[in-house]
Amino acid sequence: MDGIRGIYMDHAATTYTKREVLEEMLPFFTEYFGNPSSIHKFGRDVRKHVDTARERVAKALGADPSEIYFTAGGSEADNWAVKGTAYANKSKGNHIITTNIEHHALLHTCEYLEKEGFEVTYLPVDEYGLVSVEDVKNAITDKTILISIMYANNEIGTIQPIEEIGKLAREKGIYFHTDAVQAVGSVKIDVKEQNIDMLSLSAHKFYGPKGIGVLYVRKGVKLINFVHGGGQERGRRAGTENVPGIIGLGKAIELANENLEESSKRIMGLRDKLIKGLMDKIPYTRLNGHPVKRLPGNANFSFQYIEGESLLLNLDMKGIAGSSGSACTSGSLDPSHVLLAIGLSHEIAHGSLRLSLGAVNTEEDIDYVLEVLPEIVERLRQMSPLYEKVKGGNTNV
Amino acid sequence: MYSEKVMDHFSNPRNVGEIEDASGVGEVGNAKCGDIMKIYLKIEDNIIKDVKFKTFGCGAAIATSSIATEMIKGRTVEEALELTNKAVVEALDGLPPAKIHCSVLAEEAVKAAIEDYMKKQGKEVESSVSAGIEPDEEACCSKCERKCH
Ligand SMILES: Cc1ncc(COP(=O)(O)O)c(C=O)c1O
Ligand code: FES
Repeated sequence: MDGIRGIYMDHAATTYTKREVLEEMLPFFTEYFGNPSSIHKFGRDVRKHVDTARERVAKALGADPSEIYFTAGGSEADNWAVKGTAYANKSKGNHIITTNIEHHALLHTCEYLEKEGFEVTYLPVDEYGLVSVEDVKNAITDKTILISIMYANNEIGTIQPIEEIGKLAREKGIYFHTDAVQAVGSVKIDVKEQNIDMLSLSAHKFYGPKGIGVLYVRKGVKLINFVHGGGQERGRRAGTENVPGIIGLGKAIELANENLEESSKRIMGLRDKLIKGLMDKIPYTRLNGHPVKRLPGNANFSFQYIEGESLLLNLDMKGIAGSSGSACTSGSLDPSHVLLAIGLSHEIAHGSLRLSLGAVNTEEDIDYVLEVLPEIVERLRQMSPLYEKVKGGNTNV
Repeated sequence: MYSEKVMDHFSNPRNVGEIEDASGVGEVGNAKCGDIMKIYLKIEDNIIKDVKFKTFGCGAAIATSSIATEMIKGRTVEEALELTNKAVVEALDGLPPAKIHCSVLAEEAVKAAIEDYMKKQGKEVESSVSAGIEPDEEACCSKCERKCH
């Protein structure tokens, strides 16, 4: 074994597709291949199952099946929600409120809309990554048509006060969208109780297939149609359905919700052991994100004096898969906008590591990481010219 | 994404450390960018007898520092001054475009250490970093807006 094991701790990037999910999907490639819009039996049989999947999603969110729209993933759902409301409501106003820690699917959509003449307020967050409801309130003008704030952050895991923001938005008569791509399957969501008008989710974050997602749109929300063509998704998002994907998403969300409390509790236990272990063992370490208002599986650290990529490569050589910033960020050299937004210096942001736990992780995995990671950090620090200057001290930052 | 050579130098870096009574020390880069390289030289009779490095940076930064120290060890000062980032990249069997700036840093670090040595010797130097491979402007250091020559 030469000390190498495969330990996946990057569930926030994506998850594997659960066997039960795959098994439900498979017949829809071969046996049940009909077009759900067709009138014949081949089509009708498939339509039934697409409807069932829609009902499963609605049930998991506390929504009505007619409010569920399938999309090609989280990014598309975000694009649709924001552009869709912006264009459909421009006679009412041109102002959008969001945060500066959103996923790029949201931020880049807002930047695009700014070029189209919309105005966007990017609210700051505090050192834990929390947005203040007071700030949201103060940012509202008579031109505000949309508030879009992510449910939980993909990098640092911070969970926002969604219910309070929803309540505020409802009182002011402003649409409220939340990117819940990281939250669905990990935390309990009820769109009615939480006053959520629109919500994005993506199956590959909760053990479903990639390339399929949902935009929930509350009845009555004015939104432009996103893909023009046939009558699929009630004409709002045309195109022959990704049937196997839809079936898989339906099964995955049902499974996730059935086991929500139990699995969250288990994963949270592992996460807390990991956080405590690393904070105790490695000096000059900072936990990024909120101590308690965070996703069950998310752990994000900054190790001072070392750089994230060399840390990831070393972990990979030991069979541990983590990430530094979000997967989308890793292509660029800039440190993550989220870590800068919570006030980290560039230098400290460079030394960040996200370990996101999930179904496959065990107690032994945590023990292994706790054994291997401190050695790696120490080895890299021994190599670092920044560490020379501080050696000897032993405090957490 | 990295060649075997890069991974070899990254996982078993050569010449890591410090030299206490170094003849010359060079430090380049900055922490804001995510890479700092520091090179220590021990020079006797115009020959680089020993060289050590310390690096804060990505895999490529560590690998380029390591191979650069190997390439100049045992060479004369003049030979070491001829080290180019291009030669460093070639010796590593290539680097991804976004990481070319690391090879530039390695070249600069060697030159900075030699300049420091020359200064201590009371000699004037006009070392300039070679043109080498033109790094792709966008890939290079968008964070610090540093132009990699
Ligand atoms: C918060 C958040 N929003 C949106 C997305 C994009 O989802 P998808 O990959 O399904 O397009 C992701 C996934 O990376 C995410 O983490
Ligand atoms: S010098 Fe490396 S990013 Fe600027």
